[in-house]
Amino acid sequence: MAPVGPRSGDAIFANMERVNAELFTLTYGATVRQLLTDLEEVEEVNKQLDQMGYNIGIRLIDEFLAKSNISRCVDFKETAEVIAKVGFKMFLGVTASVTNWDADGTCCSIILEDNPLVDFVELPDTFQGLYYCNILSGVIRGALEMVSMKTEVTWIRDVLRGDDAFELQVKLVKQVPEEYPYKDDE
Amino acid sequence: MIGVGKIKQYSNILDKPLSKGKQEVSLSAYAFLFSELVQYNQTQVDNIAELERRLEDAGYAVGARVLELLCHREKGNRRETRLLGILSFVHSTVWKVLFGKVADSLEKGTEHEDEYMISEKELLVNRFISIPKDMGTFNCGAFVAGIVRGVLDGAGFPAVVTAHFVPVEGQQRPRTTILIKFAEEVLRREARLG
Repeated sequence: MAPVGPRSGDAIFANMERVNAELFTLTYGATVRQLLTDLEEVEEVNKQLDQMGYNIGIRLIDEFLAKSNISRCVDFKETAEVIAKVGFKMFLGVTASVTNWDADGTCCSIILEDNPLVDFVELPDTFQGLYYCNILSGVIRGALEMVSMKTEVTWIRDVLRGDDAFELQVKLVKQVPEEYPYKDDE
Repeated sequence: MIGVGKIKQYSNILDKPLSKGKQEVSLSAYAFLFSELVQYNQTQVDNIAELERRLEDAGYAVGARVLELLCHREKGNRRETRLLGILSFVHSTVWKVLFGKVADSLEKGTEHEDEYMISEKELLVNRFISIPKDMGTFNCGAFVAGIVRGVLDGAGFPAVVTAHFVPVEGQQRPRTTILIKFAEEVLRREARLG
């Protein structure tokens, strides 16, 4: 069989089974509110959302690789582009762009043009420390960890906090060398 | 704290135009999110009933908002005041917006006057879920039951809503039935309205 090239995010999204974004938005909102009630501390909620995202990321990467036909990225630059152009499109149906590269190409910003998580959301003054979309940064961190990249993902700009865009900084901490999961003597 | 000291541009959410609600996300994204919601709640409880109650609560919060949203968008700010009207609103309008289709069936209970059932061959939230044996009758449909209760309660029709699996002959997966049991006052009012 001829090798199949990577597919575009649009094409994959068009072929995915889809649900109404409002159901997704409201379910996420219900989740965040539940966490706020249970954990009380905004910091704890941020942590829990990140953890949930991480759990999703480590499973989501499988589906991502299976459906996108993307093979190993040559460098972190390509990785970031793939997350923005294919990953976000495929799962959330939104486009993102990559900017603000540092000199050695290990740190960049992903800018979300559209964010289905925040429809109908207004952050009350009492929760100003909340990173409402923190689940997304967890997803990216978890997914990249599964392809041997340790990253730090932080929110730089957040529309809910009064900024003009959603900006996620993704920083490559280290590339974990691949190891076989078994030893010779086993 | 980040964010403090910045001048916050207060864009009032009510000033924004209401979206038409045609946007979509992948079913996978939803399934991942929902499974995290269930797993998180599992860590907060020590029995199945409590877990269902928590999922129902989460659903209730969704339902209350869905009612407001849909009344505004689809019905010109009018809401149903009659029992059958609100039931068909849930079964058709709400279901269609949330799950992309009208619910498979809406029936009146044969044994009790105050019971109605909405059935779905395969409920969205149960699609990727298989219940381990030791969790007995647990049903993630509790979340959808919560949505239904949220809509009904917000519209002035308090009810007890529960989700149940009903085995179907010749099919591997049971269907999910959402059982709605209206409060006494609802039926009294309905009788008075004639």
